[in-house]
Amino acid sequence: MFTARTGRALALHAVLLPLALIWLFPLWTMFVFATLPDDGIFGAGIELLPSTAFADNFANLQHDTDFIRAMSISIGVASVYTLISVALTSMAGWALARYRFVGRTAVIGIIFGTITLPYFVVVIPQFIMVARDFNMANSWFALIVPPLFNSLGVLFMRQSFTMLPEEVFDAARVEGIGEWRTFFHIALPMTRPTLAALSIILFLHSWNNYLWPLLVNSRPEMMTAPVALGSLIGLTKVSWGGIMVGAVVLTAPMLVLFVALQRHFIAGISAGAVK
Amino acid sequence: MSAIELKTVRKSFGVVDVINGVDLAIESGEFCVFVGPSGCGKSTLLRMIAGLEDVTGGDVFIEGRRVNAIEPGDRELAMVFQSYALYPHMTVERNMGFGLAMNGMAKADVEKRVAEAAAALQLQPLLKRKPSQLSGGQRQRVAIGRAIVRHPKAFLFDEPLSNLDAELRVQMRVEITKLHRQLGATMIYVTHDQVEAMTMADRIVVLRRGVIEQQGRPIDLYRDPDNAFVAGFIGSPKMNFFKGTMRPDGTIGLAETAFAPALSSRPGSDQQVTVGLRPEHFEIGAEAGVALTMEIDLIENLGGNSIWHGRLSSGEKLLVERRGYHDQGLGSSVPISFRPDDALIFGHDGRRLR
Repeated sequence: MFTARTGRALALHAVLLPLALIWLFPLWTMFVFATLPDDGIFGAGIELLPSTAFADNFANLQHDTDFIRAMSISIGVASVYTLISVALTSMAGWALARYRFVGRTAVIGIIFGTITLPYFVVVIPQFIMVARDFNMANSWFALIVPPLFNSLGVLFMRQSFTMLPEEVFDAARVEGIGEWRTFFHIALPMTRPTLAALSIILFLHSWNNYLWPLLVNSRPEMMTAPVALGSLIGLTKVSWGGIMVGAVVLTAPMLVLFVALQRHFIAGISAGAVK
Repeated sequence: MSAIELKTVRKSFGVVDVINGVDLAIESGEFCVFVGPSGCGKSTLLRMIAGLEDVTGGDVFIEGRRVNAIEPGDRELAMVFQSYALYPHMTVERNMGFGLAMNGMAKADVEKRVAEAAAALQLQPLLKRKPSQLSGGQRQRVAIGRAIVRHPKAFLFDEPLSNLDAELRVQMRVEITKLHRQLGATMIYVTHDQVEAMTMADRIVVLRRGVIEQQGRPIDLYRDPDNAFVAGFIGSPKMNFFKGTMRPDGTIGLAETAFAPALSSRPGSDQQVTVGLRPEHFEIGAEAGVALTMEIDLIENLGGNSIWHGRLSSGEKLLVERRGYHDQGLGSSVPISFRPDDALIFGHDGRRLR
């Protein structure tokens, strides 16, 4: 039966469907180009259906950049980065949410302030510090540690801890549960959706980071995947099929991660929107 | 030795004084209820005993030990909160045993204590559930269970029934009272509900603006209040207060009548006083002695008894409580009366004249 409600739903989908297609189109062409031989990509007209050259393109990519190694390094760097950053930001967020100390408001203000600084303003002095002052360019430390200090994550976690009911922590205090244990066994599990969302954001941040690994590292054996892909552009013969395969392989884990954690992600992002 | 003793305890938040010098000794095994209107400081006082709020002045003793600087976890108390404050990600079993386990108790001992508490509160079928799968009443039982397993020196309850619906509140009230008898433990219970205070307490402490207005057995506070505030706060429906004037002959003028109050000393004549009369102390007709006329505005019939809302000839409002069902015509005038001995007389400062 056609009701006003189904009419509204149809109208809504009539708008949403083209929007979704527009959004999906670049992803689809990326996938299609990854399967085309190079002459197919630059042929007349745009190919919209996949072909069979995926394996060849991947072989080219692997030959030019040792892409599997670069992927492993990206996965390793992003995982370690995410783990350490979640630990640091949640601890800092907890301290700022729970403890009253002199200068707390100022600290929060400063952290907030750093969000407004564009990354490109920070990256040059950060590079000079790491490369010249500490003489640590081309090290794992330089690759992972400087981007760790993530003010957005701190405020994200602080907000999440602030919304937890105070009485639960009063109960823990009366039960004689120490501060560390309260943090690990009560506060962290209660913010699981936020932690999941933050982990995705941080992992993505490291995974997509191009500028910092490019600046701070010049050793081919430590190259991350985005830098490896970028290095292809400068070659005399650019393998666009290979670049597209790289892009597909880089995007795939993110899509899987997002779909797997989507529920937590949405819950984490919208936490506090509704009581 | 008292289980818990407060000596001139004070608390300020910035320039606001919340507790203004409270002296109180709670005996071992006693069920003591702090009652008072919102903002009277009753919860703050409880939190100071628990150690969740620092003491601005004075001393808190638990079993003779001064605990001002002792952490809440080392005071050997247990607390039950209005919001239950359960750990939402843990099962009922884990919620109850978590504190013990974190304090290094052996697993077998924790399990034994949880099993005992679960049996006492009929929680066995719920042990594997999480708080989100429980009703409000069940959650509050778990919170009480979590308190019991600690074998504390005293239980502190901070308005534990306020989040429950009326029926469940009555049921939990009975359960907590039974539990007190069963455990013989010292309990301090904060509520703004004077019915809870009357029905559960061995002793009621009435607080207002951070000071104790009066403390004593519930029935003593009900029958023999020290001031108009306590008289008005304790009892439901509330006590009626009327303006009265002391006359030279020692009687008090009240609306169209006058009566001789049961006072041992006579206040000065022409002094304005307040006459307090409980709704159940009125009778219909003139038999009780001092006769008045009441114009009926409304009758609330509760089935077993009824509350009559009306006015005296002076225009002052009053409530009368009667047994049984009544449907007197609204707007009609009925003769009512009370016994002079039932009237409580308060001076202009609200203090009781005896």
